[in-house]
Amino acid sequence: MSNIQKINRRDFVKIFGLTSTGIILGCNISSDKKEFIPASNENSFSPNLFIQIHKNGNITLMASRSEMGQGIRTSLASAIADEMEADWKYVTVKQAIGHEKYGNQNTDGSRSVRTILEPMRKMGATAKMMLIAAAAQKWNIAESDCKAENHFIINQKTTEKIFFGDLIDVASKMPIPDENTIQLKKVEDFNYIGKTLKSVDLKDFTHGTAKYGMDIRIPNMKFAAIARCPVTFGTVKSFDSSAAEKISGVEKVIQLDRIVPPIGQFFGALGGVAVIANNTWSAFQGKINLDIEWNYGENHSFDTEKFNELLTKRVHQKGKLVPGSKGNVTNAFTNAEQLMEATYHVPFLVHTPMEVPNATAWFQGDKVAVWAPVQDPQTARAEIAHFFEIPIENITVNVTFLGGGFGRKSKSDFVVEAVALSKKINAPVQVVWTREDDVKHSFYHATSVQYLKGSINEKGQVTGWLQRVALPSIVSSFKPLSDYASGFELNQGFTNNPYHIQNFRLENVKAEAHLRIGWMRSVVHIHSGFANNSFADELAFAAKKNPIDFQMELIGKDQIIERKSDYPYNSKRMKKVLENTAKIADFNRKRPENYGIGIAVHYSFYSYVATAVEVSVIDGNVKIEEVWTTIDCGLVLNKDNVINQLEGAAIFGISLALFGKITAKEGAVEQNNFFDYQMTRMKDAPKITINIIDAMNQPPTGVGEPGVPVIAPAICNAIFNATGKRIRTLPLIDVDFS
Amino acid sequence: MITTLKINGKNHQIEAPEEMPLLWVIRDIIGLTGTKFGCGVAQCGACSILVDGILVKSCSMPLSFGIGKEITTIEGASGNLEILREAWQEGNVPQCGYCQSGQLIAATFLLENNANPTDEDIDNAMSGNICRCGTYPRIKKAIHSAVKLKNQGNE
Repeated sequence: MSNIQKINRRDFVKIFGLTSTGIILGCNISSDKKEFIPASNENSFSPNLFIQIHKNGNITLMASRSEMGQGIRTSLASAIADEMEADWKYVTVKQAIGHEKYGNQNTDGSRSVRTILEPMRKMGATAKMMLIAAAAQKWNIAESDCKAENHFIINQKTTEKIFFGDLIDVASKMPIPDENTIQLKKVEDFNYIGKTLKSVDLKDFTHGTAKYGMDIRIPNMKFAAIARCPVTFGTVKSFDSSAAEKISGVEKVIQLDRIVPPIGQFFGALGGVAVIANNTWSAFQGKINLDIEWNYGENHSFDTEKFNELLTKRVHQKGKLVPGSKGNVTNAFTNAEQLMEATYHVPFLVHTPMEVPNATAWFQGDKVAVWAPVQDPQTARAEIAHFFEIPIENITVNVTFLGGGFGRKSKSDFVVEAVALSKKINAPVQVVWTREDDVKHSFYHATSVQYLKGSINEKGQVTGWLQRVALPSIVSSFKPLSDYASGFELNQGFTNNPYHIQNFRLENVKAEAHLRIGWMRSVVHIHSGFANNSFADELAFAAKKNPIDFQMELIGKDQIIERKSDYPYNSKRMKKVLENTAKIADFNRKRPENYGIGIAVHYSFYSYVATAVEVSVIDGNVKIEEVWTTIDCGLVLNKDNVINQLEGAAIFGISLALFGKITAKEGAVEQNNFFDYQMTRMKDAPKITINIIDAMNQPPTGVGEPGVPVIAPAICNAIFNATGKRIRTLPLIDVDFS
Repeated sequence: MITTLKINGKNHQIEAPEEMPLLWVIRDIIGLTGTKFGCGVAQCGACSILVDGILVKSCSMPLSFGIGKEITTIEGASGNLEILREAWQEGNVPQCGYCQSGQLIAATFLLENNANPTDEDIDNAMSGNICRCGTYPRIKKAIHSAVKLKNQGNE
């Protein structure tokens, strides 16, 4: 989500553990009560919560954000190590539990590096300063005569050196430096930042030893599967569990009531009928054999086809004017040389991380332990405290590896289910969703219908742009009856699209939620990126202009727009990524018959992205031939990791463009599994080239998500270029190209 | 039923219904959790294992199918698996890593049967395995690198 939570000075000091009375051995703190342990009693030195230096020189660095494939464990650790002047070979990374002492741990919105890179660097820098102070004391020289280099402190007068591990006794007695005295390294002095470091978890990932949520095993734990009402928020009327109970391994069948979240926060849980077994398969089998009668409730009549018709009708009528509109589109349309209209449709989508939602919980009277693949462990912890009335300090949320997240695992409903069941059966239990559960009971990426109308003058310039957006809001999951897209959603590519258009009018159109709505990788930018770039391409064609030149004109003059953030929008950077992509894709080259190329630009999570896609459409088959993406994400922390994320974003975008579509009839989601909610596979995967603009002097901006919104429109624009057929409704699998 | 299952060269005495899919026998009864659940219907390949050298989606084959056979999981070893692991690490392939057990096993099966696969061979062999993170370009490259590494070793 776009809600930026900055770590202010007060928070920084809190997580930093600056204190006049001693050093926080962060790794040993097990409760909210801060314990001050004299470091001299230990075999390690912890200058702060994130760093522990051991006598043998090994360094343990704490990863406060969840690892879901975005490489955060490696990236953040490398920033600490760089500022420490540590040798990477001594570094191991430990996953932090969910605890406010680590600052905000919510891993979404492409903001981990953006928001905590600097604090992490400061953690590393203070460690270095204390090691230098320790060495200076040993040598009885000034600190300014010492420098840190590759895991040693060097006496610059004599070239003597002392190993980090040999300094921990003295260093732990050094005062913690004042934050104001910390000097961070210059870009040209970086050892790791901006370079490529391979994932610290490669060995585990390639040996099957990385522990994901589903891999947790607690002695005597049970496994649970839950049958949930096919219709959102429906409830159990009655059930017959006799067949389920006959399944070998099934131990118990119990009803789980819906856990309704309070307005404004948390996710609660859907409830249903839970089968408790001594293995996962028996729980799944038991669930299939349940005979349940449901009260379907008010969402029973929901039908996505009819809903799409309703929204389409609504976007062709006037909506609510959105602040940020400017000029006068009516005048522009009246004086237009040409007028264009188009309506775009994006269906509901679902995340389907390869690891289904799951959680292991052990409710032990006055305390709770959880092991789960969660993107937001602190919210999970707070939910448990709220719903089960357990003091928060008695709740431990252990964060496992996430087998993909994409926003699904920000919502901790599966954790709440596990805790509720553990409480009922008085034993540790692992709740595992089947893939069908995941497809049918998610927090869906919303559908949208958009109406666009644009005017072009005699020079082929865009003079007016009207955009009406109907989009069920994420806010509906926190506050029922939120029937319009909210401000933060419209700020994802609608009010802040990269185009400089004099007369711009944005209207918000009513769209009720009948499914749980959530956020998925790049969120509302999927809708804005698709419509903005598709319509720009339609206008370019109408104006008989080259799509690259046209997009350049739309982005307009060089300007910096200060928005309510630390990241002003700079149109020069937008044009630079577009220019670069056009160049590497050799955009203007004449393609063979049945081949086409399309372009899309988008500004999201403060990053600038342009993507070109080449397609072929032969014998009715669309093939994505090649993808070229350029990103300007400011300072790059880990180069190969950025490339990997952008490659993945292209594949993610291709999946949603080709196949992504969730439909509902009589309130129930119709898709089941990967056979009817398909994913891009190896044979569909194109060659992908990623370019990163060198902007190391700029603050880092988002990486995980910004590569997604450009893909679908670039594909559709390429299809138009190849065939003359305009695609305004996703996904492509529904389009007949024969 | 009480039976013996041979996994990665080691015999495991187990008790489980004979219709229980091998995936769950391996994960929940034997406790080897490297083999992953992704779909349960042989669509995603996260649960890939080798049974007497044949690539099998373990979520959809019963325990009875594995009895008396040699099973290899991601925790196991074979020449090609070792080389592929090396290539995977060299190419920094995984993102979340979850599907990579299955990807590595599928790639092992490919190299056991095709010492020098083309891009098309790789597409065909690997399209039963979904990676939601989208590491396909790297997987393809790593398989080619593994072949190179292997040929270097044989020289």
